[in-house]
Amino acid sequence: MSEFAIQAKKVCKSYGTVPVLFDVDFEVKKGEIHALIGENGAGKSTLVKILAGYHQQTSGELLRNGRPVVYHSIGAAEADGVVMIHQEFNLCNDLTVEENIFLGKELVKRGLLDKAAMRQRSGEILGRLGTTIDPRSRVKDLSVSEKQMVEIAKALAFNSEVLIMDEPTAVLTQGEIEVLFRIIRALRDHGVSIVYISHKLNEIKELADRVTVLRDGYRVATEKVSDLSEDDMARLMVGRELTTLFPPKGGPPKREVPVLEVRNISCPKYVHNASFQLYEGEVLGFAGLIGAGRTELMECVVGLRRRSAGTVIYRGQPLSARSYGDAIKQQIVYLSEDRKGKGLFTSMPLAPNVTILSLQDHLTRIGFLDSKKEDATLDRTLEEFDVRVPSKRALLSMLSGGNQQKIALGKMMQVDPDVVILDEPTRGIDVGTKQQVYYFVRELVKQGKSCILISSELPEIVGLSDRVIVMRSGVIMGELTGADINEEEIMLYATGVKGGMAG
Amino acid sequence: MNQVSAGGLAKVKALGSRFSWQDIGPIIAVIALMILGTAINPTFLSMGNLTNVFTRSAFTGIIAIGATFVIGTGSIDLSVGSMAAFNSGMMIIFMNYLVQHWGATWSTIIAAMVLSLVLGAVGGLVNGLVITRGKIESFIVTLGTMGIFRSLVTYLADGGTLSLNLPVRGLYRPVYYGTFLKIPIPLIIFFIVAVVGAVLMYKTRFGRYVLAIGSNYDVAHYSAINVNRIRVLTYILQGICVAIATIIYVPRLGSASGSTGYGWELEAIAAVIIGGTAMKGGTAKILGTVAGAIIFSIIGNILNLSDAISQYLNGAVQGLIIIGAVLVQRTSKE
Repeated sequence: MSEFAIQAKKVCKSYGTVPVLFDVDFEVKKGEIHALIGENGAGKSTLVKILAGYHQQTSGELLRNGRPVVYHSIGAAEADGVVMIHQEFNLCNDLTVEENIFLGKELVKRGLLDKAAMRQRSGEILGRLGTTIDPRSRVKDLSVSEKQMVEIAKALAFNSEVLIMDEPTAVLTQGEIEVLFRIIRALRDHGVSIVYISHKLNEIKELADRVTVLRDGYRVATEKVSDLSEDDMARLMVGRELTTLFPPKGGPPKREVPVLEVRNISCPKYVHNASFQLYEGEVLGFAGLIGAGRTELMECVVGLRRRSAGTVIYRGQPLSARSYGDAIKQQIVYLSEDRKGKGLFTSMPLAPNVTILSLQDHLTRIGFLDSKKEDATLDRTLEEFDVRVPSKRALLSMLSGGNQQKIALGKMMQVDPDVVILDEPTRGIDVGTKQQVYYFVRELVKQGKSCILISSELPEIVGLSDRVIVMRSGVIMGELTGADINEEEIMLYATGVKGGMAG
Repeated sequence: MNQVSAGGLAKVKALGSRFSWQDIGPIIAVIALMILGTAINPTFLSMGNLTNVFTRSAFTGIIAIGATFVIGTGSIDLSVGSMAAFNSGMMIIFMNYLVQHWGATWSTIIAAMVLSLVLGAVGGLVNGLVITRGKIESFIVTLGTMGIFRSLVTYLADGGTLSLNLPVRGLYRPVYYGTFLKIPIPLIIFFIVAVVGAVLMYKTRFGRYVLAIGSNYDVAHYSAINVNRIRVLTYILQGICVAIATIIYVPRLGSASGSTGYGWELEAIAAVIIGGTAMKGGTAKILGTVAGAIIFSIIGNILNLSDAISQYLNGAVQGLIIIGAVLVQRTSKE
């Protein structure tokens, strides 16, 4: 028997005429946690999708336990013990946990569903994962981390030997991540092989045994994790030195011209009596745990969500933000944290995505849409933001996450914003693109614009913000400046140990 | 270690705008059907027959142009056939009333045309407002108004038929039967509606917003598009298209009853779908819709002209065509 659970040998893959993988070798040993890292567009997703039967390679071969295999479908890969757990969950929200776990593989007795057996098996598997989820609860009532557990349970119900996890911690809290890691380690100790995709290098350092780095469709390294530092991994991913991830801050804040004054905003269930000021030329960080009400507060400010009380003053005038359109007219823009669900039209080409906020600037003299102007704007955006696209006519969904995010930033910049509100702008994008986003933000505020940065990644808040406001359960807990901007201090406020007076 | 330039993928040559089978598929289908029709019965190609076929396609075609906008946003309007019947009935009642004062004059007819346009726009406004303000599925709302309009016209006709005053009918007749430069008037109107529809869809912000909403409702909202307003506007546009179709339909028979416009909603929706517009919204093919409407009319005509299949099976053949067309589109996409 082979020591490898699954191997890819000289695998190439092209979409149409666009090659994305070049002669990639990839081996996962039995009972190891094998991290797969690379910048967006490096080919990670494509590679694991080939392993899991979503796509077929253009050339090269797959070996399972040393034997050549061809997976023509997801089902074929699953039946052979190779299961992929998606970043976005594949669960039916209206079905119960046990119905989801056995979806498509229901246990049957005398032609009817054997519900008792399925319930018992579900309970056993969930118990093994150390969760207390009731198999009878509906998936839509579960938290994000519980859904993740159900996904894993689904994979385990069929004795999977190779488990592929794509960014499993992107939406989990610190406590939930620890539980997940414990489970992953236990699975490994039972002989399961895990392919673990993540952009969080510290997680990989903590969890993985070996790591493979992809860059621009090539494998550039496979090493023991213990032999590499996080810096080494980052260097391998981008192929150059990442000197400083964050640009230098703008010196002591002047705080002379208040651009935006938010007074006593409330939104039932989410935000309670929140007030703050944003000054010209600063990056104002909004820290807090997931669900602290930061997104909802900003949506109230720009008119995307109805508020029950409060006013917004923009450059001395009350902002009549009854709709987001009003805010945009005043050059206040908001970048949603949900890129695919709220930010961009994934099924549309690139140009209409970039110009949707600024169609009035893309008209002919008699008021019709001018596709030449739109193309020119797209060209400019691709250039300015260094977006890598397979083709200018490509649909947005054909771009990698980081490149999609650059399109989202480009879309926003078309209205020449004065105030830019960025909600988790680097979620799910690689370290190289992150750095580009950080420098982009710093450049904006240098030009006298103002930026609000919502982020759940503390290093990002600390590294980029001139001032930080911390929220907890819909309430502004406190404001930090200068040397107080550090992870420990922020966590004290975010968890409610410190602060509590509405700012 | 492989050294790859950072822009490696970017340098892959940009694909030019590709020739799309999907876009011209319906046109090819029209041509193929015309060849088939000629093979079955040479009279198919006669000027008289062709004129008849294309003119017949104008009613559902004009309605289907409006439906392309509604479906483009991912909604549906089932009430169009009933609305056409109601509009026809109201036009006839109105003209029969006006003729007592103004006589059988063009003033009478034009007043009724204006009434039809107003009724269509108001009907669409009501559909749109109930759907957006009430936050109810468009299928349910228009299923309701479909029943309401149908029943109103039956009530107005007292269960029978409303007939247009004969002298007025004589004067109004050319709007359906007349020609301009040898082209039937309904066909000219169909053409104009299609061109206006194409310009609206592809060349204006309104059209872009329609497709944006159909593509992803939430993203449209977060892109500062007034989603409700655009959706209401598509229903008003649909109502106006129904009104225009009614205006050229009334002089054809000069009557209206509870069965007027029966099934038009399904024919219009089918024309849109055959034309390549997706039911879930986000894409819209105006030219395809035109071809779709013509395809329907040709099939009915071919069945009339041939003895091979009973014309009672018209509906079955149409059904097969709808399913077949979507299947072809599905496979050519993959």
